[in-house]
Amino acid sequence: MSEPIIKFDKVVKRFGDLTVLDELDFQVEQGEKVTIIGPSGSGKSTVLRVLMTLEKINEGVVYIGGEPLWHESRNGKLHEASEAHLRKMRNQMGMVFQQFNLFPHMTVLRNLTEAPVRVLGMSKADVRQRGEELLDLVGLSDQKDKYPHQLSGGQQQRVGIARALAMRPRIMLFDEPTSALDPELVGEVLNVIRRLAKEHDLTMLLVTHEMHFAQQISDRVCFFDKGKIKEQGTPEELFKAPKEARTQEFLKAVLNPD
Amino acid sequence: MEWTSYLAPLLEGAWVTVQITIYSTILGAILAFACGIGKLSPNILIKSVSVAYIEIFRGTSLLVQLFWLYFALPLVGQAIGIDLRFPPVVVGVAALGLNIGSYGAEVVRGAIQSVAHEQYEAAKALNFTPRQTLWRISLPQAIPEMMPTFGNLAVQNLKDTALVSLISLSDLAFRAEHIRNYTQDSTTVYTLVLFMYFGMALVLMALMKWLERFVGRWRAAGR
Ligand SMILES: Nc1ncnc2c1ncn2[C@@H]1O[C@H](COP(=O)(O)OP(=O)(O)OP(=O)(O)O)[C@@H](O)[C@H]1O
Ligand SMILES: [Mg+2]
Repeated sequence: MSEPIIKFDKVVKRFGDLTVLDELDFQVEQGEKVTIIGPSGSGKSTVLRVLMTLEKINEGVVYIGGEPLWHESRNGKLHEASEAHLRKMRNQMGMVFQQFNLFPHMTVLRNLTEAPVRVLGMSKADVRQRGEELLDLVGLSDQKDKYPHQLSGGQQQRVGIARALAMRPRIMLFDEPTSALDPELVGEVLNVIRRLAKEHDLTMLLVTHEMHFAQQISDRVCFFDKGKIKEQGTPEELFKAPKEARTQEFLKAVLNPD
Repeated sequence: MEWTSYLAPLLEGAWVTVQITIYSTILGAILAFACGIGKLSPNILIKSVSVAYIEIFRGTSLLVQLFWLYFALPLVGQAIGIDLRFPPVVVGVAALGLNIGSYGAEVVRGAIQSVAHEQYEAAKALNFTPRQTLWRISLPQAIPEMMPTFGNLAVQNLKDTALVSLISLSDLAFRAEHIRNYTQDSTTVYTLVLFMYFGMALVLMALMKWLERFVGRWRAAGR
């Protein structure tokens, strides 16, 4: 098998006394679609935030495409990464936030084009064309000149997805992309993600409570508990025949909420 | 003497007041942004200079600042062999601008800090540099937040200009005092002056309101 695109090697993340990632070992292959499920506080968001470089790690090493994310190797030893290194690594990831986090003072199209122009230095014409293609992909071509507050939550989240894609990341991180949405708006966002999941090369890491959806799009589902992977497997294995008592308990609770 | 004969000299004085207000408000705005942003800088030197400026000018009265710049600074200059005597208009604009800038800096700092934390995370995820994040993400959202307070500060500044008459700048207050001494017609003179200041304040408020709408026009889109 080739080098995994994401590799957590005994990663520890603490907030004060609270250990959120506990010697986590975790790998994702290139192009793989992985869903993370688990109880609140189990460290699901933290995994994504560490990858997006929003959260530092305390111990261990995270590799992206074989290269340390939070470290640089000099003279065969690992040192804390410089900002320049982080900037280089960050371009490989795109993140979709639970609360969308669109830029409210920019039009929809501008939300998509600003970073490719300013950060990647691409030509405005190219970026604009690509931006319009992406809006087409998420079904929002007719909204490009509106401001985020003029859109519904579902539309805003689709812009959020398009904005991340505009940077052409190799890895897309979704942190509960539909949790902030009214139930009737969840479907339109899931449809966009479902379409993305057909892209062969794109690696996707998704935290969600939509178990049915996870089952449809994932190659693998990981059940997190207390900062570790308690159990993982294909959706079939994990949802139909969970081995661990903790997994069974969790699935029972989320699938039959009463 | 007819009250209308007061108008010409008073209007001349009002024009001086307008100019001093404009220049010192612009100077104040520049200082407010420089030091409001500076106070949030990771660079310890920039941060300390900003904090020192803000605290010193907020912690002392405008009158003392004005007198210090006008009467004390030249003597300091003399002692160290530099000519630090400036014309009253320069001292007046500098004192007012420095004073209003120190209050404005706190407004700028507060508005920048009130931009949602998530906006900074989104900016980082898209790999904007800290500088790009400041100019393209946080300031455009912070500036509309500053505007109502900036409007108040500008009007405050207009009213404060009356103090520059004390360093013999012939602004509206100075002219009024002059005419009153000459005619003893306090009621008429000061009633006229009252309305003139009020008129200028109304124009300034309207101007700031327009500016507020202009910098925040994205917030009103489609509403
Ligand atoms: N900045 C922070 N400071 C202190 N504690 C934090 C911080 N961020 C997260 N935590 C804590 O770390 C733990 C794990 O957080 P994380 O967000 O990864 O959980 P999660 O699995 O995503 O949970 P949820 O399903 O509620 O989103 C939680 O207990 C949370 O309170
Ligand atoms: Mg979470």
